[in-house]
Amino acid sequence: MNSRQKKLTLKRRFAEKRFRYYGLASLFLATTMLFIIIFSMMYRAVPAFTNYGMNLEINLPISESEDSDSQDLNYRRIINKSILSLAPDCMDRSCKRDLVRLFSSGASYDLREYIEKNSSYTNETFSLFILFSDDADLFYKFGIDEDLTEEERRLDDREVRWLQQFQKTGKVESRISKNMFLNGDSREPEIAGVLGAVIGSLYTILITLLISFPIGVFTAIYLENFAVKSRITDFIEVNINNLAAVPSIIFGLLGLALFINFFGMPRSAPLVGGCVLSLMTLPTIIISTRASLQAVPPSIREAALAMGASEMQVVFHHLLPASLPGILTGTIIGLARAFGESAPLLLIGMVAFIVDIPGSITDPATALPVQVYIWADSPERAFVAKTSAATLVLILLLVIINLAAVIMRKRYELKW
Amino acid sequence: MVNTKDQIINVFDEQKIRKNEALISCSGVNVFYSDKQALFDVNLDIKEKEVTSLIGPSGCGKSTFLRCINRMNDVIETCSIEGLIKINGQDIYDPKIDVVELRAKIGMVFQKPNPFPKSVYENVAYGPRLHGMFINKSDMDKKVEESLVRAGLWNEVKDRLQEPGTSLSGGQQQRLCIARAIAVDPEIILMDEPCSSLDPIATAKIEELIDELKVNYTITIVTHSMQQAARVSQKTAFFHLGHLIEVGETENIFRNPINKQTEAYVTGRYG
Repeated sequence: MNSRQKKLTLKRRFAEKRFRYYGLASLFLATTMLFIIIFSMMYRAVPAFTNYGMNLEINLPISESEDSDSQDLNYRRIINKSILSLAPDCMDRSCKRDLVRLFSSGASYDLREYIEKNSSYTNETFSLFILFSDDADLFYKFGIDEDLTEEERRLDDREVRWLQQFQKTGKVESRISKNMFLNGDSREPEIAGVLGAVIGSLYTILITLLISFPIGVFTAIYLENFAVKSRITDFIEVNINNLAAVPSIIFGLLGLALFINFFGMPRSAPLVGGCVLSLMTLPTIIISTRASLQAVPPSIREAALAMGASEMQVVFHHLLPASLPGILTGTIIGLARAFGESAPLLLIGMVAFIVDIPGSITDPATALPVQVYIWADSPERAFVAKTSAATLVLILLLVIINLAAVIMRKRYELKW
Repeated sequence: MVNTKDQIINVFDEQKIRKNEALISCSGVNVFYSDKQALFDVNLDIKEKEVTSLIGPSGCGKSTFLRCINRMNDVIETCSIEGLIKINGQDIYDPKIDVVELRAKIGMVFQKPNPFPKSVYENVAYGPRLHGMFINKSDMDKKVEESLVRAGLWNEVKDRLQEPGTSLSGGQQQRLCIARAIAVDPEIILMDEPCSSLDPIATAKIEELIDELKVNYTITIVTHSMQQAARVSQKTAFFHLGHLIEVGETENIFRNPINKQTEAYVTGRYG
């Protein structure tokens, strides 16, 4: 080996090593980013999963439920009475209002629920866990910002004094927020939950799957195995690939014009959301299905044809089973993308403020990513944590979807 | 209304062949891939219960010819075929012929073993199941066993019928493919270089098998090994650049060929 060759070898060895370090560095960078996102999200989401509340003495008066029209008002009055009993020195209207404002306006519903469940409606006294409103809750979680003057703060000095006073009674405690998991949206952060959005998202994704999976797979099979190559099929192929690159908001516009305005489907419904998202998912499924069909060795197809199988039997007996893992992977990737999509849903009205949990695919609903958007846009400070929490739930669901994909792929994987 | 079933002619339904008449007869066969011609005016008769080997250098059109017999070339879009190929006196490119029926009666073994990614049992049972040959599971079991026995594989796989066919060794896989092909009781077996990816021992086993199978089946085999052609076949056809140069008794082709090109090829001077 002469010196020039030696130099070349050394150079090559160095280049090899350097390349490996580049790879390592980019891997490190990518995982660091991921961890930073996940951990900052978790850190900020933690407050959203708990809520401070207080055990209040509730005194039920007799026979007030006869008048059903004013029931809600009565519950509120009962709650307010026990709240006001916490500070007997509070006499004037504005003081009373400020004091009541510290507790969640959802407390009267909690009381009604409690009474309906225990069906004890006599003149008795019991203790009920009443949630604080978001401002009071944030005070217990983070204290007050010393940099701000009293006028700039959400809570004035008197309210702060009350809250400190409550804490001294030992009746204040932090509990896991059931509302977060069991409620729909609300204007009050302590009442708002993600369940409505989760259900809405699941309905939407179900519709997407039901529409795009069969259409996508059959389109791919037809293009791959039956269509005679011509200018038309080339044109279709180019357009399918283009479709995959169309910005998602365009699909929203299409959905608005076609499904809602032309077909008259209900606004804000998961049905329309699913239709729109399936337009978006279709190209992904078609492309991945075609790719995995192409990956099946042609010898298998030949063997089956030579056995006297028809084209359709070849597809259903051999090509589909062999390419199923690839098809599932593509489908799940498409669905995961659709699951995290918000822009097209904004245009078809799934951004509406919806308190009820959707019961069917035609009920008005919102989706998780849109819920994140709505909460991120809300002025109340407590929604900051809620936003992160909803994002975490979204990520968690995506992880579950991806895990399902991995499991299914393993299950159907063939060995050649 | 026309019943579509009436229009389908099954090549093997009637026993039309008289003695000394070829089972497969080809006349004036031209094959084109797009505008490139792969076969030029091939006239070849293949007799029943005989092994015919097709020899010749690579790219001479042997495999193309073989694939014309069970219409596997139909799968290739750019491929077009002219001329007449008759099996049992019936033109197999007649539009009334159902190609699926045709292929069911013509088994094919490929160059590379290509068992389905299913169990050994399922590989063999696939054809009979496809054509609805058996209803009983015990009949099917019997057929699978019989086919594997005939393919000389039974003793090696009888305890592992449920293992994937792809887990067998190369030679076993090829014999599995032969078992799969004979499970549907074909009349003709086409073999496209069945031993090219096998070691000498596996090759010897397959050759032995071909010898046994010729009692029941008409076999056409494409091979690159002249020794193999000499060992297993009664008739040999020599192809060169798409032309059928010479065809005759194997002994004659190898001992005293008429054509100079054939002589040059079989004596190993070119090709």
